[in-house]
Amino acid sequence: MTNAQPAEITVSAQGLLRRYGAHAAVDGVSLELKRGEILGFLGPNGAGKTTTMQMLTGNLAPSAGAIQICGIDLLERPTAAKARIGYLPETPPLYRELTVREYVDLAARLHRVAKMERAPAVRDALARCGLADAAGKLIGTLSKGYQQRVGIAQAIVHRPDVVILDEPTIGLDPIQIRDIRNLIRELGARHSVILSTHILPEVESVCDRVQILHHGATVFSDTIEALKRFHGGRTVIAGFRNPPAAGEIAALAGVARVEAAGDRQFRISFADHADPTDELVRRAVDQGWRLHQLAPAYSSLEDVFVGLTQKEDTAK
Amino acid sequence: MIFTVARKELKALFASPLAWVVLTFMQIILAYGFIRRIDDFMQIQPQLVQVPNPPGITELVASPLFATTAVVMLFAVPLLAMRLISEERRNQTLVLMVSAPLSMTEIVLGKFCGLLAFVWLIVALTALMPLALLLGGRLDFGLFASLIVGVALLVACYAAVGLYASSLTVHPFAAAMIAFGLLLGMLLAGETAADGLRGRGWPVPAALAQVLSPLKNFEPFAKGMLDSYAIACMLLLSATFLILTIRRLDAARLRG
Repeated sequence: MTNAQPAEITVSAQGLLRRYGAHAAVDGVSLELKRGEILGFLGPNGAGKTTTMQMLTGNLAPSAGAIQICGIDLLERPTAAKARIGYLPETPPLYRELTVREYVDLAARLHRVAKMERAPAVRDALARCGLADAAGKLIGTLSKGYQQRVGIAQAIVHRPDVVILDEPTIGLDPIQIRDIRNLIRELGARHSVILSTHILPEVESVCDRVQILHHGATVFSDTIEALKRFHGGRTVIAGFRNPPAAGEIAALAGVARVEAAGDRQFRISFADHADPTDELVRRAVDQGWRLHQLAPAYSSLEDVFVGLTQKEDTAK
Repeated sequence: MIFTVARKELKALFASPLAWVVLTFMQIILAYGFIRRIDDFMQIQPQLVQVPNPPGITELVASPLFATTAVVMLFAVPLLAMRLISEERRNQTLVLMVSAPLSMTEIVLGKFCGLLAFVWLIVALTALMPLALLLGGRLDFGLFASLIVGVALLVACYAAVGLYASSLTVHPFAAAMIAFGLLLGMLLAGETAADGLRGRGWPVPAALAQVLSPLKNFEPFAKGMLDSYAIACMLLLSATFLILTIRRLDAARLRG
């Protein structure tokens, strides 16, 4: 089962719709995930990420749409499908009065891990999440980062085909975030992983594919490279020791917009289908602007959203 | 799977101070009542000898003890049951079980069994008191068994109502008050309706009203009668509230 074809589809959802009264929190989201892929759900708060994940894990019934986990229909055979999912919700469902080992053991029992395999499965999950030393501690006494790890251990103890993590790095310090990201990358090797976040660099550092939600609908769904091309390749930051007037740069063919960006730096946006980098460098040498820095400018998540939603609006 | 959930709930109950407090006070109250009854029994014993076919120690000590248990449990069970679902919903820990390959029925039955195991433990501890009388006397084991069965079924009704109340709100104390109110209401309604209707010579509606009142259904057991109608009533009552609980949690999944 775990040695199946790498292209096997583990999660497939079509036309997910979830209404709360007249308001549609999720409106027609579809997704597909293959084994060994890490999919990032990106979107501002209230975009429908959590609602979508609750539907994928059977915690919330969709108003319309279909979900298959490894080919098993989640709505028709919920227990068989749920056995293949590990889920870490936004608030980890931890029992503070249990020790880490007791809790992960309980999760294994609830997921019907056979009695003989339970002890090794628990040990393995604890080791993979770096909890081996904390196994005997009460969950209530652990730091937030460790509690998050316990939440992840709970989600992987039954070796599910699909691991779904809702904002796994929220509220953690930078070192904990790095650890959790490493752990997620490691999980991606064996499981299919879906994770949600509103942090753009997080998606870029761990995910293979990204799906951006906005107002409950998908506005972008492609590989990370495509996302980088979309938001990173069209703007550069150029620094000059002897800067010209902004108008001189704007006059170059293929430059759409020039803004001053701090001390003798400019943010230069390229027009569509044009790459005036060569021309810019040549001009800088000819005119003695003394170019010393030329770097792609990564836009913020807001910029990406504005770009995507504007694109969608013009398409309409 | 039901067993796994029940085991977890039982463990959680033993980990909470409230359960221990309830357990302690139950024992103190019941033991005090028990000793008082024995005192009374000792005092009237000389007169009893003169009565033909006198009531025995089981009837005069064990019966009132279990009747007290039935009433004290009315307060204790809602307190023990209040956290079972409400707190899990409040702390958002119910997700662990809902995401696991378990049906809502298994979750609810597991929680019910865990709670019932704890409550039956209280009943068992209570039953030990009259058993201690075996040291110096004899018990009517028929009546004794009937009392135990009656109380065991009675507390199952209480537990089912308590569990349902716990699924209605995320505030544990509100859940306890709802359970208490529901039980008291059912008790009074069943009692007055059953007595009133029977007084008017309408036995069938009276029997139907009896379904509502767990305490009314306990009466035959207190007389040593294993009344199959009363047993059916109590099982029906427990099942109804368990089904309501399952439906309630399923509705939360469907409507959100």
